[in-house]
Amino acid sequence: MSNFALDVRNVSFSYGKKAALNNVNIQIEQGQTCVLLGPNGAGKTTLFSLISGLFSTREGDIAIAGKSLRTNGASALAPLGIVFQAQTLDLDLSVQQNLAYFCSLHGMNRHNAGNRIADALSRLELLDKRHEKVRTLNGGHRRRVEIARATLHQPTILLLDEPTVGLDIPTRRTLIDYLHNLPSQDGTAIFWATHLVDEVAANDRVVVMSQGRVTGDATAENLASQTGTDSLEAAFQVLTE
Amino acid sequence: MKTWLPPLLGVVKRELLRFVNQRERFFAALVRPLVWLVVFAAGFRAALGLSIEPPYQTYIEYEIYIVPGLIGMIQLFNGMQSSLSMVYDQEMGSMRVLLTAPYPRWFLLLSKLIAGVVVSIVQVLAFLLIARFFDINLPYTGILILVPVLILTGLMLGSLGMLLSSTIKQLENFAGVMNFIIFPMFFLSTALYPVWKMRESSDVLATLVQWNPFTHAVELIRFSLYSTMNWLALGVVVVITLLFFFMACWSYDPARRFRASRTKKA
Repeated sequence: MSNFALDVRNVSFSYGKKAALNNVNIQIEQGQTCVLLGPNGAGKTTLFSLISGLFSTREGDIAIAGKSLRTNGASALAPLGIVFQAQTLDLDLSVQQNLAYFCSLHGMNRHNAGNRIADALSRLELLDKRHEKVRTLNGGHRRRVEIARATLHQPTILLLDEPTVGLDIPTRRTLIDYLHNLPSQDGTAIFWATHLVDEVAANDRVVVMSQGRVTGDATAENLASQTGTDSLEAAFQVLTE
Repeated sequence: MKTWLPPLLGVVKRELLRFVNQRERFFAALVRPLVWLVVFAAGFRAALGLSIEPPYQTYIEYEIYIVPGLIGMIQLFNGMQSSLSMVYDQEMGSMRVLLTAPYPRWFLLLSKLIAGVVVSIVQVLAFLLIARFFDINLPYTGILILVPVLILTGLMLGSLGMLLSSTIKQLENFAGVMNFIIFPMFFLSTALYPVWKMRESSDVLATLVQWNPFTHAVELIRFSLYSTMNWLALGVVVVITLLFFFMACWSYDPARRFRASRTKKA
């Protein structure tokens, strides 16, 4: 078995006759930050749905921390943390209740969950919001709660599906910095789907997808030089044309 | 070792918290059967004469006759309410959190189902408590036996709701389902009148009543309240529960749902 945090091998997927992914291969090392760039319809959401087990892989295989989804089923999802693009918190429950619910879904006992929740909330400066209903929080705080939730079970890899969409600039900046620091703090690998090029750090690995295929895979700096352009934006244009 | 209890308890706790937070839902769940018991039954007791038939040993008042049907009604509405909340969860995205937990999908859906059943049992017990103030006195042993029966009937009606929710794409479509599923199921059953009474007016309707799974849920409840067993009803409820649950698990495929929504958009 591979030692990759995430190993996507020869994965193809189609909706009926319409191909959404075509022989996608992506391997992410432990503690690596990998940004997935792609325009709408590139197949990012489909790929994330396959990695998160929402869709079943029919061609190829996906392994998370060395455990294949195909052979291990849902239990292979244990080392995976996910921040969905859409808001997925229960608005009528408090922050604490939302997080405790997630802990129970990952089989944690109450004591363990209590410690992890306190730690995650503290790291995201949300301890004072602990007993507030999610409905009363603003968009930035809700997003922070979702990030806290996704890290509660100390995942090997964190899947982020456009986590900063709809946030104001200062909140976006804070979250981007926090997420970029996670791999060095916890050793968590990050697979981050976005279409916002300014979220990419110079040393991040960037995978570009277009029409269901991987069309580029290098660090942000190298991608520009490989395409003969002077910026990541220009490289992205070239690779998605 | 993988622990299965925390996710099950977590889902049940979440459902109970949501139920407690939605006081109107609890109120509506109690008022609906109480209105039937106090108003409807009072008006119809003179019009509907009932003969002695099992499990009753003697003539009974109409209010007593319809109690099992009203218990079934609570569970039927709760099953639909749970499925409505699943459609809401799908729209709000919180269903994704459940479905990406590291447990098999059938187990996660079963946990959701059990959570709904627990809520329905709380509602039924509250209803029976209030009904005592209206001189509806049922045997205590029957109420004890009723609880496991309610688990079974709750699972059947919850599975039906789950199956429906897996086929409903949007919250707005749910009202139609309520009209086309809940009301025919309730009125074409033995909840309000025995099957022989229905046969007096229509053989076809009486046959439909006998084939209605909700009839068997109501009869199972009715017999258990008097510490007897209706084996036919038990068999039907078990088989239908398994059938509905397997169909719900099969149809709960996010890829198919996504594909359908894409086709619709196109």
